[in-house]
Amino acid sequence: MKTRTFAAFVAPSLAMMLLFIALPLVSVLLQSTENTRRIFKEELVERCTPGFPAPTCEKERRQMPVMDASGNPVTERVFVGLENFRTLLKTEQIAGMIAEGRSLWQAISAVDFYRALAFTLIFTFITLPLVIGVGLAIAIALNATVQAIRGPIIFISLLPFIITPVIGALSIRWLFTGDGLMTAALRHLVGQDVSPLSNSWSIALLMMLYRVWHVAPFAFVIFYAGLQTLDNDTVDASVVDGASRFERLRYVVLPHLAPLILFVALIHLMDAYRMFDEVVGFASQAYVISLQWLTFELLMPDNTGNRAIGRASASAVLTMIGIVILLVPLIRRTWRDQKGR
Amino acid sequence: MTIRTLAAAAALSLVFGASAQAACAFKNDVPVKSLTAGFQAWKSVTSAMAECGNVQAELDQDFGKKQPEAFAAKPSLYQIGGVAAETFVPLNTAGTIRPLDDLVAKYGQKLTPNQLVKVDGKVMAIAMMVNAQHLMYRKDVFDQLGIAEPKTYDDVLAAAAKIKAAGVMATPIGATMRTGFNLGQDFVNLYMGYGGQFFGEGNMPALSTGDAGVKTLEMMKKLTAYMDPEYLTADSTVVQKQFQQGKIAMANFWASRAGALDDAKESTVVGKIAMAAAPAAVPGGKPATTVWWDGAVIAKNISDAEADAAFRVLMEGMDKEMVTANNADAVWLIDGYVPGRSAEGALASMKGGAPAYPAAPRLGLLTTAIGNTLADFFTGKSDAMATLKAIEAKYVTSAKEAGLIK
Repeated sequence: MKTRTFAAFVAPSLAMMLLFIALPLVSVLLQSTENTRRIFKEELVERCTPGFPAPTCEKERRQMPVMDASGNPVTERVFVGLENFRTLLKTEQIAGMIAEGRSLWQAISAVDFYRALAFTLIFTFITLPLVIGVGLAIAIALNATVQAIRGPIIFISLLPFIITPVIGALSIRWLFTGDGLMTAALRHLVGQDVSPLSNSWSIALLMMLYRVWHVAPFAFVIFYAGLQTLDNDTVDASVVDGASRFERLRYVVLPHLAPLILFVALIHLMDAYRMFDEVVGFASQAYVISLQWLTFELLMPDNTGNRAIGRASASAVLTMIGIVILLVPLIRRTWRDQKGR
Repeated sequence: MTIRTLAAAAALSLVFGASAQAACAFKNDVPVKSLTAGFQAWKSVTSAMAECGNVQAELDQDFGKKQPEAFAAKPSLYQIGGVAAETFVPLNTAGTIRPLDDLVAKYGQKLTPNQLVKVDGKVMAIAMMVNAQHLMYRKDVFDQLGIAEPKTYDDVLAAAAKIKAAGVMATPIGATMRTGFNLGQDFVNLYMGYGGQFFGEGNMPALSTGDAGVKTLEMMKKLTAYMDPEYLTADSTVVQKQFQQGKIAMANFWASRAGALDDAKESTVVGKIAMAAAPAAVPGGKPATTVWWDGAVIAKNISDAEADAAFRVLMEGMDKEMVTANNADAVWLIDGYVPGRSAEGALASMKGGAPAYPAAPRLGLLTTAIGNTLADFFTGKSDAMATLKAIEAKYVTSAKEAGLIK
């Protein structure tokens, strides 16, 4: 293909990527280095609010925003450098706590960002092997069944993946609330009161189970497709050589599926690191939070109507850096494989 | 929650469409949209407004998070906003709501002076009701076990212990302690009851200076021993259901929810709930609660014609007929209200000297920090003092960003 034609074909998607990926990234980076704040002045203000039986009026010194001529609050935008990152990472506070003789874990779990980071990583790395394992198991099991029932089984296995994540999380949560169906069953089983949603570990466990249940079908479909291209001659040859079922899996099937496993791992790492729906669905913020949820929480207006856009952007930048670090080994491997071919 | 209220809103607006112009004094032909909270009083007011026609009401318990941006848009996405003492502050400081003096002069003859919320002499909101968290308890259970009406939080603990020991209920106490707004509000009530101060010099926080903060947290923790373990996710709707299904015997609970407990359509405890003043934190102290008001504001970024229509519709929604028809929904400030059983607790609290909620920008920042941080104390991640210090640190960060602390 001529360079000109190539450029003409690629240009539209390059432009789109610039517009919808590169520019927002730059804007987030810029916003993470500045703060927008209102200007307040202290004023003696009289306020009358309903009382019983008569209204109560009080004069007090209050911070009132300075308004411009058209009645909008005056704001200033200040460049703060890495201040937002420092506020998130709280390096001084942690150093101080360790100097006081507390353990690193104690110091870290006092800061939202590290708590979110720790749980996000735990969540990601526990669900990763489970998703791949369960997906692979279903795929292999299905591959071994009769052709006639494969269609219906594929359909049923895919159902969890079709459900909208928040709805799925909510329904699992409702099963396990105080008077939920599963809680009642568990109570019957162990003979004492249980409350899975009021402990950090059990709520985290439920969130992970939910994620595996939800994403394993995706892994299954990919692996099942991969199994269809497995060379039967190689399998037969290994049987003739006396390979056991496990050896066939280990030396024939898995190597064949390796690129797909890598692909599923890549997608899952990206997805799980951005986990958000579970925190909302399970209302777990009192116990465990994720990085993406932290960014969201910073963006939500507080009771005074302010949004911490600077800190939210900083948190988003850090999340992005985290994903890149996680993916580098996998991407390098894919790169090598591609070059090797 | 949101999904449900949205569905309810959608259903309601359908109903409105069908029953438009039933009992409105004028025919409204300017489209008016409102965003309010979703509790019963707002359902009554917005249905009465809808009778004028062309009114689209959105009832959403997350209204406070949506309003600041929605009203800052040009033009504003809603003409009418339902606000409470605290959610009024962001709109007022952002300058996105309009002074109502001329509209009050034109259409507001029936308003009582108590309904006019004024800032620096200008009417900025029209109040319709007062609201407070006060003690509601199961009179039948208390009588059966010979327990007297609790006057202090120690009485509440003693009563809960008796009820639990008698095997009547496993979790006798309910509380609105969902992380965020609810938990922050619960803390504020008790903290003020212990005589705590929120701020020191120069807007700096003062939660950890006296002993009120630690006392508040210790009392809250003692109370949680008698609650459903999922109390950190319990908002008003959850507590209302716990009452209605007979799972709890007492709660310091919003007066605006009292009506629903006597609603035979959804409650199994009709007529069994007694209303009393909020318990005091210390013997002989004032009821440990704060008095709130709920009302409506009109957006600034809309045409005067729209504002005119919105205000007229609002006056129809807040008229005497609406109050007469929905007397038990709230402690109305509107002319024609006859205080009934469901208002007894709120009135007793106010007579006992419960303070008005001291809404202000800095308190909004502080309650946000409280509501988002306290959970660490209850889940055992952090002790009382460290939690208070962590709240103060969070407040200082956001107050600096907001420009309140230099």
